Amino acid sequence: MSRRGIALLGGLAILLLALPGVANAYLLSVATLILYLAYVGQAWNVMMGFAGQLSLGHSLYVGVGAYAAASLFFHFGVGPWAGLWLAIALSVALGCAIGFLAFRFGISGVYFALLTIAFAEFVRIGFDHLQWTGGPGGLFLKVAQRDQIDLANFRGPPEMYYYAILCLAALAFAGCAWLLRTKAGYYWQAIRENEEAAQALGINTFRWKMLAVAISSAMTAVAGVFFAFYYNNLFPEQIFHISRSIEIILGPIIGGVGTLFGPILGAALLTLLSDGITEGLAAMGWEIPGVKHVFYGVVLLAVVLFLPNGIWPPIARRFGLRR
Amino acid sequence: MPLDLLANVIIAGVLTGLVYGLMALGLSVIFGVVRVVNFAHGEMMTIAMYAAVLLFGAFRLDPFLAVLPVAAAFFAFGYALQAGLINPFITRPEHSQFILMVAVAIIMVNGLLIGFGPDARNVQTDYQLESIEIGKLLVDKARLYAAVVALAASALLFAFFRFASAGKAIRACADNHLGALVVGLRVKHLYALTFGLGSACVAIAGCMMILLVDVTPNLGPAYTLLAFVIVIVGGLGSMAGALLGGVLIGVSEALAGLLITPSAKSMFSFGLLILVLLFRPQGLLGRKA
Repeated sequence: MSRRGIALLGGLAILLLALPGVANAYLLSVATLILYLAYVGQAWNVMMGFAGQLSLGHSLYVGVGAYAAASLFFHFGVGPWAGLWLAIALSVALGCAIGFLAFRFGISGVYFALLTIAFAEFVRIGFDHLQWTGGPGGLFLKVAQRDQIDLANFRGPPEMYYYAILCLAALAFAGCAWLLRTKAGYYWQAIRENEEAAQALGINTFRWKMLAVAISSAMTAVAGVFFAFYYNNLFPEQIFHISRSIEIILGPIIGGVGTLFGPILGAALLTLLSDGITEGLAAMGWEIPGVKHVFYGVVLLAVVLFLPNGIWPPIARRFGLRR
Repeated sequence: MPLDLLANVIIAGVLTGLVYGLMALGLSVIFGVVRVVNFAHGEMMTIAMYAAVLLFGAFRLDPFLAVLPVAAAFFAFGYALQAGLINPFITRPEHSQFILMVAVAIIMVNGLLIGFGPDARNVQTDYQLESIEIGKLLVDKARLYAAVVALAASALLFAFFRFASAGKAIRACADNHLGALVVGLRVKHLYALTFGLGSACVAIAGCMMILLVDVTPNLGPAYTLLAFVIVIVGGLGSMAGALLGGVLIGVSEALAGLLITPSAKSMFSFGLLILVLLFRPQGLLGRKA
């Protein structure tokens, strides 16, 4: 990495580490949301950006992870550190089932994307009818006292959640940077660029695509556990909904698919944009439902029209940084 | 379970399914030719439903008559959308097209929300409460007429692609993009024409659907997913497949509503979709790629 890149990363790290000292509660919640989306975006990017498999159903892994850990905690009092493993195991099993079925039967591209949506919707409606997890009425975790830190049960003040998700996002960033330089990373990129050619070179594309799905779903499940314990309530209608999947993938696409900084930049810009529009409309007194999302849609349209590769690649080029 | 109740439910499912089929036909035609997945399809459907509500409220125009102006307006809109916005995207990667259409869909849903608010709207005509008795069977008049219109519109579209020279040219584009360019077809114009026709299908389906269900702005994404399910089940790019898929999904929804619980009906559709994708990925009537 260039000296500039290191300086940029260091500056960003100091800024993020010091943020809870200067930010108020609202800003901290926005920063937490940004880091959460950056983390999930990074996870999605492993599958799409690295290995070229378009998933439009990542809310499935968030939801399954969240429900697994939350229902263990709710019904049996098992803390999230144990629930995490169940969450990961279930998500990876689901991801591998989808991947196995799709890749074995030669389903790819649009068809694969629709299969991922179908599974997410299928599971959403399933949870709607599963009374053990509260059905459509939702699952609520008891909100613990917010001033003392209980790491064993992952309960504590907002600062604790902020540092936890910061930690996750940083780990995901470092992990993805490392993955890209491993054999798997190069194989993925080969598959992404031209699957047939990769196959002709002797790469077992099935195996490496499955690995990408497994890693991506495992990372996303961790985000689900965080989501459950941070927000304390889960509704199938919300957590599995396709708009959640879209929210997850907008960040990396707007930021730059396949880049390391893209998911982070995209999540930050989109969240700030969304909150900025809310504030701006409130200031002008235009609080009609829907206006915010129309603006959001127009900005999205503009980005995809004028910056087809995302926002990060041109910035990286301008400042001579590696993508 | 009384047999005539079952028969009634199945007939209602078939008739609704034909309207679904027309909606999905629009999606299928667009994907089959332009190779862009219209993720705003269901949103266009709800706009057509609102258009029928508006025309009915303002001029007492029956939805069966509203079909004509709404379809014409949608044709023009679809043509402009493809020519202005989507044509530059046909060579871009799928995720890029996806975001483009999602942005269009977000603008549509929330535009409707601003214009009409979140409450459900419908039209009320006399014949919606009437039904025709055939022996022990009861068939809703509105549902029957809606299905007849959907079938007629589909037949027109079939005829267009079979006999009209523009229809043949569009099929040539779908078969071989480069070849179509070489023989001098105006491919971009034909793509826009296709998108316009697909939009007109949705418009007609929407005008018919408003006779059967209430509309809210949030219905859009659900219809988009429904159209996908139907088209994949029937076979992407196959016109008869879209109608068959529509009927299958219509019947499975109706049966799920009767036998289990109405809220689980789309679980059946998605289950069917997963099965078809696994065992016949090209769809029931689709050709192998």
